[in-house]
Amino acid sequence: MSALEVDARGLRCPLPVIRLAAAARDASPGTEVTVLATDPAARHDIPAWCRMRGHALTAVSEATDGSHTAYRVLLAGEGSR
Amino acid sequence: MVPAAREALLGALDAGWADPRRLHAEGRRARAILDQAREVVADGLGVRPPEVPFLPDGPAALRAAVDGTLYAARRRGARVVATAVEHSAVLTHGRYRATQAQEPALFAEVGVDRLGRVDLAALERALGVPGTVAAVVQSANGEVGTRQPLEAARALARRHGIPLVVDAMAGLGRDPAPRDFDLLAGEALSWGGPGGVGVLVVPERVRWRLPGPPSELEGGRTEVMPVVPLVLAAAEAWRQTAAVRDADAAEAHTLVDLVRAAAARMPDVEVVGDPVERLPHVVTFSCLYVDGEALVTELDRRGFSVASGSACTASTLEPSHVLAAMEVLTHGNVRVTLPLAASTSDRARDVERFVAELPDAVEAVRAQLGVAGL
Repeated sequence: MSALEVDARGLRCPLPVIRLAAAARDASPGTEVTVLATDPAARHDIPAWCRMRGHALTAVSEATDGSHTAYRVLLAGEGSR
Repeated sequence: MVPAAREALLGALDAGWADPRRLHAEGRRARAILDQAREVVADGLGVRPPEVPFLPDGPAALRAAVDGTLYAARRRGARVVATAVEHSAVLTHGRYRATQAQEPALFAEVGVDRLGRVDLAALERALGVPGTVAAVVQSANGEVGTRQPLEAARALARRHGIPLVVDAMAGLGRDPAPRDFDLLAGEALSWGGPGGVGVLVVPERVRWRLPGPPSELEGGRTEVMPVVPLVLAAAEAWRQTAAVRDADAAEAHTLVDLVRAAAARMPDVEVVGDPVERLPHVVTFSCLYVDGEALVTELDRRGFSVASGSACTASTLEPSHVLAAMEVLTHGNVRVTLPLAASTSDRARDVERFVAELPDAVEAVRAQLGVAGL
């Protein structure tokens, strides 16, 4: 399984989701994308995007210093869009 | 404001300027205006006039409803239960009180489903926690339009002997006045009246008292003297609005259906809220990959005044707590609130034009962000 990281720290909505979507477009199904974000709206919009696109949000975790949040997204296969 | 209310307000500035507590002729005239206005609103709400004090606005009335219920029940407990989509006047005060007391359990927020309807099973569990003395449920949500199952909520609250505070701020003048409540808060803006008039219904059977020395105003329900001309305008607006409410609501419902359908036809747009059990005049949708602020500005440029629950349109970084609680997309959010037909020239034509221009407006904003094909 391949893995990608999207650093969306400091970006405000809707940019974190747009960066995630751009990374997902170029990645193959089954890729695990980790998004780092500071925008509080990402907490709601990354899960909503996953639901709308059929991807799985597998983990949400705070950085130990509380500076940002990491979202782990497992991209679904072809045709699930 | 509906035109008749505006005329009533202007007239009352001359006739009702005096202090209604005074015994001189002007004072008595102001008192008579206040009493008549109270009768109109009380009749519309299906309660007795002494049960309807006027407060400075809806949020003030809502906070007073909760505060007075808490104070009257202070020997039995101090816990309040509210839905997660209540007005921020309820949520911020509830959270603040719990934080100050260092007792998180003093304020419980009950979740909603994706349409924004309260989870009744969770509400029942929350009501069963000892020390709970008040429950707050709105009649309908002003941001997404979803109506709450008040009859069921009241039945649950009753079973636990807990008074139900109903926030009717979004629905009065559009939906029939709620019957399933112990205390009710509303404001004249929602039925085409002026700002600055809130109503609080405290039926005699309900235990309610504000902390502090007893007030001589409005039956002890407020420390702020109502502005008599505003109250008269509010009553006049009620009279006008109530007379045509069902027809107005039916037309608004149809117009909102047009907006919902147009929004749903666009790619990657989520129409939010209950499609059927909803306020007639409110519609909300969220557009994926769209900056809410840019879209509001683009629509404003085209002559449409819309609101948004997106974080980028708020002074804080947080998006609307209502959209968040419903777990729907919060960015690219647009909220359209149709005015009453009486207070606008031609809302059907405006909606038609909005529906025609919306796809272009969304496309234009998406193009700026270069999100094609995502």
